[in-house]
Amino acid sequence: MATNDQHPQRRTLRVRALAAGAAIALTAPLAACGSDDGGVPVLNFYNSPVENMQSVVDRCNQEAAGKYKISYQVLPRQADDQRVQMVRRLAAKDDSMDILGMDVTWTQEFASADWIREVTGELKNEVESETLEPAVAAAQYEDKLFAAPNNTNVQLLWYRKDLVPNPPKTWDEMIKMSQQLKAEGKTYQVMTMGAQYEGLVVLYNSLVASVDGNVVDEDGKKAVMDEGAVRALETLKTFATAGVTSPSFSNAVEDDVRRAFQSGGGAFQLNWPFVWASMVQEAPDLAKNVGWARYPAIDADKPSRTTIGGSELAVSAYSKHPDLAFEAIRCLRGPESQLFLATKSGQAPSIESVYNDPSMNEAYPMKDVLLDELKTSAPRPRTPAYQNLSTVVSAELSPPASIQPRQTADSLRESIQAAIDSKGVLP
Amino acid sequence: MSEGKRQERRLGWLLCAPAAFVMVAVTAYPILYSIWLSLQRYDLKFPENREFIGLANYATVLSNEYWWTAFGVTMLITVISVAVELVLGMGLALIMHRTIIGRGLVRTSALIPYGIVTVVAAFSWRYAWTPGTGYLANLVSPDGAPLTERASALAIIILAEIWKTTPFMALLLMAGLALVPDDLLKAASMDGASWWQRFTKVMLPVMKPAILVALLFRTLDAFRVFDNIYVLTAGANETSSVSMIAYNNLMKGLNLGIGSTMSVLIFVTVAIIAFIFVKLFGTAAPGSTDEGRR
Repeated sequence: MATNDQHPQRRTLRVRALAAGAAIALTAPLAACGSDDGGVPVLNFYNSPVENMQSVVDRCNQEAAGKYKISYQVLPRQADDQRVQMVRRLAAKDDSMDILGMDVTWTQEFASADWIREVTGELKNEVESETLEPAVAAAQYEDKLFAAPNNTNVQLLWYRKDLVPNPPKTWDEMIKMSQQLKAEGKTYQVMTMGAQYEGLVVLYNSLVASVDGNVVDEDGKKAVMDEGAVRALETLKTFATAGVTSPSFSNAVEDDVRRAFQSGGGAFQLNWPFVWASMVQEAPDLAKNVGWARYPAIDADKPSRTTIGGSELAVSAYSKHPDLAFEAIRCLRGPESQLFLATKSGQAPSIESVYNDPSMNEAYPMKDVLLDELKTSAPRPRTPAYQNLSTVVSAELSPPASIQPRQTADSLRESIQAAIDSKGVLP
Repeated sequence: MSEGKRQERRLGWLLCAPAAFVMVAVTAYPILYSIWLSLQRYDLKFPENREFIGLANYATVLSNEYWWTAFGVTMLITVISVAVELVLGMGLALIMHRTIIGRGLVRTSALIPYGIVTVVAAFSWRYAWTPGTGYLANLVSPDGAPLTERASALAIIILAEIWKTTPFMALLLMAGLALVPDDLLKAASMDGASWWQRFTKVMLPVMKPAILVALLFRTLDAFRVFDNIYVLTAGANETSSVSMIAYNNLMKGLNLGIGSTMSVLIFVTVAIIAFIFVKLFGTAAPGSTDEGRR
């Protein structure tokens, strides 16, 4: 080293500069976290990247008037990555996380692992009195409330009014309409998510719930896969093999479906409400011809039930300021915040009264159908092992055209039970 | 043994004790801990259900088709990529060895892929093979998504591995080529040996130790393949390697028991591969000669 460097003095300087730089780089993020800001307790709020969330946080900080300061920490974009980061910190008992923005599918797992605190007191009363019932149910584990629903979500049926005057009520009807259009040489495809991931599990779960089937039992301790679950498999198989899906059905995720429909490739789209805003903006001509309706049912005389999505807020078990965190959540998820995010960022509110606000008419013209579906929406299988369950289910159902209803049900029952018993191996 | 020699020996032990201690702390402890975890039902989702279950996790993993699929995928990637790399690397080594003009430039540019961080390279491969963002996807099939089909995804993973590590193979082989004395080659050509004969009868036997070391390093490396798969397919459509599946069970599934069992099995397999190379093929440590062996 000495032979390479003829100027020891300069070298020391450079090393010093490097060290100083490293020290700044290391302390800067800590300073940004603001562990102590003039005695005001800082609540770290870990949430997925949500447009305009910072405005909500700013408003809540203002309302808190020095009682606490929420600091918004943005998690990765993908739900899986968000969960892995949170879980890793929680498993290490990281006390720098206070408020957790969670996907509805994590409640059971986080509560069972004792990572989040039970919601009690005022927040509990608020949540239970004003929030849509299925969203509250999704935030419960063993009949106790563990999180406060922030926003909620269900899928709708979007259809081309210029191709089909009346939307189909059932899957059979929709398939027939599509085949009819195909025979007439018109745009006919039914587009939805069929790739091997959570989206396929959501599709399957909606089908199961629509015929009152069960994948796991009430307590989430036993795999059931009853007659309803088998019928749902049959419907999924029929749909995948009827020649009405797009060739990329078994690879499609939400955004692929949105884009394909937006470019005029399909007659029907089963997707979340977020597609509307982009359709109005990016394909206004097409949007004029697009209508929305309730998600199709399986039986004509029984309305469909669709899988509920959305996010909720919980307090970490390792938080140093749990009481303040609960208080902050009251502001973060309050009606004012929900209305703001609904109109500015397209998040569907979980508080029913927010839907009555006049400004919702423009942002959510489909709000009546949405609210209708939300009220009867179905939870995903309730078990702490949901992530594992979802992984094995999506693997077994993929590609949907290859489903053998009875056989698939049997092997699903086995692998779901294994997942619940911690014997499940994830692919 | 004389008193002085004994003291010298004691000093020797003392001097290497800190290093030995650090080695034990950073490698032996985690290995032993994961063996201990692999004998338990320990799932972070069900903390109260933690119990000692003996070898049950091994039975679960070894009778699971996902594990064997991943094992098969890993073996496939290892065998194909290492074989192709050996051939390509040898060619590259011969070129680099013989270049006279711009030797430094040739060698540096050949090493660029190895210098790029795997994850970064993997991301550019992913974008290149994704329809819409990339130029390669549409080149092969107009409306396909090659990363979502098993066979083409595996081919892309292997291609990315080969692209990435052939330079490393070439570098090790070039060191071996330097061992071949020019006189030997000249003598062979005087005797009328063709180029191919000189290559197979003179160069390869002399290079054997270097080739075996290169193969050992690359085989162990390839067996642990993770980054490329993580970025390219994340293991979807049965493209998980054993490292990938262990990560999924540990980090995503939070199943410490099953995940540790997989880690231990990977460790054992790596040990077996190393054993085969060292004991059966007689691979020596790089730099050591036959005389140097004890």
